[in-house]
Amino acid sequence: MSENTGLAKFVFGRLTWEAIPLHEPILLATFLAVVIGGLAVLALITYFRWWGTLWRDWITSIDHKRLGIMYVILGLVMLLRGFADAVMMRAQQAIAFGDSMGYLPPHHYDQIFTAHGVIMIFFVAMPLVVGLMNFVVPLQIGARDVAFPFLNNFSFWMTAFGAVLVMMSLFVGEFAKTGWLAYPPLSGIIASPDVGVDYYIWSLQVAGVGTLLTGINFIVTIVKMRAPGMDVMKMPIFTWTALCANVLIVAAFPVLTAVLALLSLDRYVGTNFFTNDLGGNPMMYVNLIWIWGHPEVYILILPAFGVFSEVVSTYCGKRLFGYASMVYATVVITILSYLVWLHHFFTMGSGASVNSFFGITTMIISIPTGAKIFNWLFTMYRGRIRYEPPMLWTIGFMVTFVIGGMTGVLTAVPPADFVLHNSLFLVAHFHNVIIGGVLFGLMAGITFWFPKAFGYRLDPFWGKCSFWFWCIGFYFAFMPLYALGLMGVTRRLSHFDDHALQIWFQIAAFGAFLIALGIASFLIQLVVSFVRRDSLRDTTGDPWGGRTLEWSTSSPPPAYNFAFTPIVHDADAWWDMKQRGYVRPRSGFVPIHMPKNTPAGLILALLSALCAFGLIWHMWPLAAGSFALLIVAAIVHTFNYDREYYLPADEVVRVEDARTRALAAHG
Amino acid sequence: MNALNLNPSAGHHGNEGEVDHDTLHITVGGYVTGFVLSVILTAIPFWLVMNKVFASSTVTTFVILGFAIVQIYVHMRFFLHMTSKAEGGWTWMSLIFMIVLVVITLSGSLWVMYHLKTNMTLPSPEQMRNIP
Amino acid sequence: MADLTATLSTGRAGEPPGLSFYVSGEYHPENGTLLGFWIYLMSDSLVFACLFATYGVLGHNYAGGPSGAEIFNLSLVAVNTSLLLLSSITYGFAVIAMTRKRVGATLAWLAVTGLLGCGFVGIELHEFANLIQEGNGPQRSAFLSSFFTLVGTHGLHVTFGIVWLVTLMWQVAKRGLIAANRRRLMCLSMFWHFLDVIWIGVFTFVYLMGTLA
Repeated sequence: MSENTGLAKFVFGRLTWEAIPLHEPILLATFLAVVIGGLAVLALITYFRWWGTLWRDWITSIDHKRLGIMYVILGLVMLLRGFADAVMMRAQQAIAFGDSMGYLPPHHYDQIFTAHGVIMIFFVAMPLVVGLMNFVVPLQIGARDVAFPFLNNFSFWMTAFGAVLVMMSLFVGEFAKTGWLAYPPLSGIIASPDVGVDYYIWSLQVAGVGTLLTGINFIVTIVKMRAPGMDVMKMPIFTWTALCANVLIVAAFPVLTAVLALLSLDRYVGTNFFTNDLGGNPMMYVNLIWIWGHPEVYILILPAFGVFSEVVSTYCGKRLFGYASMVYATVVITILSYLVWLHHFFTMGSGASVNSFFGITTMIISIPTGAKIFNWLFTMYRGRIRYEPPMLWTIGFMVTFVIGGMTGVLTAVPPADFVLHNSLFLVAHFHNVIIGGVLFGLMAGITFWFPKAFGYRLDPFWGKCSFWFWCIGFYFAFMPLYALGLMGVTRRLSHFDDHALQIWFQIAAFGAFLIALGIASFLIQLVVSFVRRDSLRDTTGDPWGGRTLEWSTSSPPPAYNFAFTPIVHDADAWWDMKQRGYVRPRSGFVPIHMPKNTPAGLILALLSALCAFGLIWHMWPLAAGSFALLIVAAIVHTFNYDREYYLPADEVVRVEDARTRALAAHG
Repeated sequence: MNALNLNPSAGHHGNEGEVDHDTLHITVGGYVTGFVLSVILTAIPFWLVMNKVFASSTVTTFVILGFAIVQIYVHMRFFLHMTSKAEGGWTWMSLIFMIVLVVITLSGSLWVMYHLKTNMTLPSPEQMRNIP
Repeated sequence: MADLTATLSTGRAGEPPGLSFYVSGEYHPENGTLLGFWIYLMSDSLVFACLFATYGVLGHNYAGGPSGAEIFNLSLVAVNTSLLLLSSITYGFAVIAMTRKRVGATLAWLAVTGLLGCGFVGIELHEFANLIQEGNGPQRSAFLSSFFTLVGTHGLHVTFGIVWLVTLMWQVAKRGLIAANRRRLMCLSMFWHFLDVIWIGVFTFVYLMGTLA
């Protein structure tokens, strides 16, 4: 293990040529694939001369619709990486019994399950949820954009660079081997002196800033920018869940920031927050990180619940049953999510009184979710149900999520949890609710709003294939894990001695294979839909008979969303407008005040990522220099007061006339 | 906050044209009152601790905590102009929500960690000899 | 807003009378900067809550090193506290000058505030340097780790506030008290007073209660 000395050490810190994993064939092959794929993408962009458009219309865009699409693309790309990790684990666990050690040594396997968790939560689920909220919420409330469009762009790039840092750890250095929450003392400097935990800390800190700013942005947007007449009890239910999710973001992510900062102080400065000696207490880390961690899972699920509400009411042709109780349930869940966190560490030793309190609160929090399930069912009752793919995802969710929720209530009982904590039963439970709840909701949402974003629907056949492969694959992949957990099998193991368990793991591997087909179907769906886009075209802007304001715009909407700000009289505003004979205005357009695009978000995020890289590798000049530049760049940006412009009225006229013609042609 | 008319486009075009509303709730008197109160509410706790005025440190603790809470209120009212009406009540609601969460985080962490420390600390040799 | 009442009460051609579905002129939603900044401060108070919680849990773990009573200099802390409190009122005077559209007075009071802030940070750095020199740095014990981090994070916030203050002074000097700058001054005002609120917590929990223990 060679170390830098002298000037090389000053400039490059602990970054040496050995950081590149030339001796790991899997990584080398992946790196080659990435390089070739990356070069191909760059070549394509150059060939089609898309650099100008890419820079002007996407990278520097502050348009919530563009940013929403970019978030979703980021999430889907990272899904492929996170799923690759899952496949590798399933393969290893299916074969590593007795004398066979499998193909993944423990130090490699440990990085894979850590990366799998970190990527799936922070760089798949969060970007997909934030992306959907970004695209949909301003349209649903009748606004032109979010409250702070520049911050929105900056937030996206911070998240993207966080993902870049994680991906970089694959090829330069290594990732953490601690599990996705990096408990000390294992994540402390003594047990993990290498760069892995530092990659973990800084990628999450960078992405976390982006997420926090998104939370603030959307709360202010929803509070301040609703169309006139839309009081809170007339907001679409997806907007309600988005509001509550963003409240949770603002009220939870600071805790993550603080905890990771304390861990980094332990690692960089030698403080004693979570050490075993000099007064530290590693249990405090577990306590704090779960105060963040539990609200985090509700940040993921509440928008998914919102998607299901929109989908059910649209495809059943009925107003959502029990709107008020849905709102109250969402708010109650938001508040209660702060009173349950200890159920993640019942076994750490806090004793009966503490455990019972949190066990009871955990069981209580399942009640409002149950109320929501009933409301969806009552909405479906006597509705005219159309089994489009989003509706299939929703029905799949209702069955799957309820099972997962029930196993959650089971583990909420402390004595039961003492047997099942950190077993595969737990792993099955949280995948049950995250896949059945969050992922199914995101797939439903993407399919539901895809025509609004791109102007054509997704091919329904491949959508149904994707759903069935995902749904059946999920059950094959995770039901065996419930059985294994009940039999006492611990999580995060890369090798087993008991051959009787092997059949269960093989079934689970088959399930992973089916899910792979589900993902492949989704990718095929994207390609096929693009090829067949003319036959799938959405000409009216309202392909499903929608109920909320986003369906009143063209598909895709113009940059300014609405030529005239809508006035709202009832919930399900667009449905109300259609019922009451709304006529779309075709003249009298005025200039529209719009925010300007800017490269500042990208630049600031890039400087943050450089600083993070410097900190990870102990390249102090790089870290200090990029930090100083970051401050300077931020200050320079604040001197730019010229952030808006007026879109001329004839431009609006041109766009609206085109729409008038398209609507007339459709007949 | 609305009295400062920081919304440049409330019914008007352009960034700069606006009418000044009266600024009743931001006055010199308000700041001075807040300042004087804060000085008193700071000086007394310092005096109590530096001169060990109460024999019992528990009593002193509760007294200075009380003073802290009152002074925080003074700051909110006279310096931050926090009222339940500002910004349509949303600043007030977010403040209450955050106070609740801060209380939960602080008291919850202290309660949980106290129990964890009691149950999970290795007994000293002394205690080991005296286990029933 | 005048457009709105008109359209709500009279219909237009082709619409049911008394019901309009869109604002026919330009519509500007209310500015959300102050609310947004307030919400950011709420999130920041949660960061401090975590640091306070950590201090509460680990604050008695002296690991054979010094306790609070042994290292705190309450007279110095009293001076510090006065500086910060004074800076709060001088910022208040700056805001008053701003409402009276007096650029010169605004800049003057901002400068005084900045200097008082620098005094605060300077004294704190002096306190930290002394402790570290004695061997009582943040690595010595969990108590000292949490002390340095909690007080240090507050001091970092004040430092950042001073940088922001200088920047804003430059911007006010350059462009005057336009609406955007007045908004920024109100945001910094909230930030500055918020830091004083946190300091009340710090001197009470850390310094005063630490001396009592």
